[in-house]
Amino acid sequence: MSATSGVATGEYAQGKPPLKPAKRASLHDGSGRRAALLIAPTIVLLAIVILYPVVSAVSQSFTKDAGLDPATGMFVQGGFAGVSNYKLWLLQDCGSGAFSCPPGTLGSQFWTATGVTFLFTVVAVTLETVLGMIFALVMHRKFKGRAILRASVLVPWAIPTAITAKLWYFIFAYDGIANHLLGTQILWTGDGWAPKFAIIIADTWKTAPFMALLILAGLQVIDEGVYEAAKMDGAGAWKRFVHITLPLVKPALIVAVLFRTLDTLRMYDLPAILTHGAGNTSTLSMLVVDQVRSGFNAASALSTITFLIVFLVAFIFIKFLGANVTAQKAPKAKKAG
Amino acid sequence: MTLPVALAATGVLFLGACGGGNDSGGNSDAAKSGNDTGPITYVQGKDNSNIVQPAIDKWNAAHPDEKVTLKEQTDQADQQHDDLVQNFQAKNADYDIVSVDNIWTSEFAAKGWLVPLEGDYALDTSALLPATVNAATYNKKVYVGPTSSDGGLLYYRKDLVPTPPTSWDELMADCSIAKQNNMDCYAGQYAQYEGLTVNIAEAINTAGGSVLSEDGKTATLDTPEAKAGLDRLVKAFQNGDIPKQATTYQEEQGRQSFEDGKLLFLRNWPYVYSLAKTDGSSTVKDTFGVAALPGNGDGKPGASSLGGHAAGISVYSDHKKTAFEFLKFLESEEIQKDWLTQGSAAPVLSSLYDDPALVQQFPYLPTLKTSIENAVPRPVTPFYPAVTKAIQDNAFSALSGSKSTDAALSDMQKSVQNAISGGQ
Repeated sequence: MSATSGVATGEYAQGKPPLKPAKRASLHDGSGRRAALLIAPTIVLLAIVILYPVVSAVSQSFTKDAGLDPATGMFVQGGFAGVSNYKLWLLQDCGSGAFSCPPGTLGSQFWTATGVTFLFTVVAVTLETVLGMIFALVMHRKFKGRAILRASVLVPWAIPTAITAKLWYFIFAYDGIANHLLGTQILWTGDGWAPKFAIIIADTWKTAPFMALLILAGLQVIDEGVYEAAKMDGAGAWKRFVHITLPLVKPALIVAVLFRTLDTLRMYDLPAILTHGAGNTSTLSMLVVDQVRSGFNAASALSTITFLIVFLVAFIFIKFLGANVTAQKAPKAKKAG
Repeated sequence: MTLPVALAATGVLFLGACGGGNDSGGNSDAAKSGNDTGPITYVQGKDNSNIVQPAIDKWNAAHPDEKVTLKEQTDQADQQHDDLVQNFQAKNADYDIVSVDNIWTSEFAAKGWLVPLEGDYALDTSALLPATVNAATYNKKVYVGPTSSDGGLLYYRKDLVPTPPTSWDELMADCSIAKQNNMDCYAGQYAQYEGLTVNIAEAINTAGGSVLSEDGKTATLDTPEAKAGLDRLVKAFQNGDIPKQATTYQEEQGRQSFEDGKLLFLRNWPYVYSLAKTDGSSTVKDTFGVAALPGNGDGKPGASSLGGHAAGISVYSDHKKTAFEFLKFLESEEIQKDWLTQGSAAPVLSSLYDDPALVQQFPYLPTLKTSIENAVPRPVTPFYPAVTKAIQDNAFSALSGSKSTDAALSDMQKSVQNAISGGQ
């Protein structure tokens, strides 16, 4: 495909040699067409692998789940549902008006799950950012054994989440090590606040190193000279951190926070294994999976809603906090100057 | 280089998908044909005790033209379920006969994926334990052939409790013995997962209540019997006879506690028996006994929730006749006996529980028979996933004290009713 388009552009270019400005424009046109042709397969492929599943999930979300035919006891297709699948979640409408889903149905848990998902996101990502920053600053210093420290800090991140979750499940068992060390008898996977803390602790343990790594990458591009100049001017360690390190590491930091936020918003395996949703720790993704088991189309609506929430958060980040995901502007020492 | 390959692959996927779609009209034909003999595949979860392949080897030796291949799934029940659903949806003819957990039978039957065992495929169920046949029945038709069973047992410390309690009240009275010995009295599986549904259904059924009406179309949890059942557990949690940490117990945590000598009574499955006898860390090797679950005080034992698996013939199989013969083979006395002796699997044949040689080897067999004879299948409904969720969430709130028994049951009634009213 690319060979053909190459030949075509060549002929086209040769056909109109005399008009210089026009040629420039036509060359531009030609290369634009050529570029379009070259990336067309990729666009088609992306459309197939990205767009198709999303569109089909959205279209399924407007279809009723199969129901039982009372006469035969067999499932029959549900047909068009309008927005009833969305009303099920957003209005907790189980068929007889808003908030008609009784406790214990999945529909009744949407807002609880949304709340707990955001709680995990805000608390865990804040903790991870602070800890990650501290780790990164430590790892950035030159000292003996730095390589070993950098490698070992990453170990929690390298362990698959399912295994992390099982590990913390044993740690947080009633007669597990957490209660032994603390001298407490907390039911970490029972009811109340404890299971929420358990999940936040385990998630922070696992992903603070990832944060540290991304922030460290940001730290390493800061010119040492800037610090030396500041030192000469008599800036103390705290001033240097606030006025040099923070602004210069900000782009890397915000990207790291964005990644972790999106990750936490769709968290599934950790709470699914650690608490099974006990003590209202079902996240949105857990709700989706639970719903898939009882009805696929309502689950499509829920996953579309989750997708929109995650999309919205990402949008806000990029729009208002200046997360520079595509990294086109290099925010070099401009500000520090 | 990768791009054309990827494109080609997607093309194939799409063609495959279209093919699947066009096919759907001819699907009933596919179901009608295929009453044939020939090689088949038997699908089940991981064969942890290595008893299935030897059985298949026996079959294959005797039926060289109708060889059976074993396809093992993971050992996670949820994943087994999802794998079966995907293959049924894809009308996969390679899944000829599949192992179905009791709680999936109605769903698969209502989706039209299983060959009803009638007519040419009528199964003689007279030798089977009736509870296992109940669990194999949906809409008054038998859809699967039971292949293994399971029932709850009461493990107790015979050194401390001379005669095991036969009713819940007796059990609670014996809790003073636990206090004297500074141990926890009773525990089952009360973490928020499938085991909780098992235990809650047992409590309610034992008290004479039920979760669903006989026809499976109405929730029946707003009854005094259901309340009495759930209340027993709630009260025991409140007064400490069931330790509060039991809201985090699955099978293994309870077994650990019992083997450590910290628990006087434990409700669990038969698998605990051999572990408690042989585990190096078990402190109760020679001091524990097995009894039927405590009943309602009317002389009858408690109503266990029925565990176990059955085999179902896929409507998409090309060799249903062989699949049916193989199913009968799995239920034969020979294989059932092998599975009991080699893998401690609970048989579905009533007669094996009375075999003196087997009872000698597995002293808990008569007790287990009592348990299974009085067992009740968990709610038989195609909407089981939503029903078990409704039971788990509300029961967990009641047991952990954040909801009263009345509120929990009233919410459970509404949410179970909501779950099963997916009819049109």
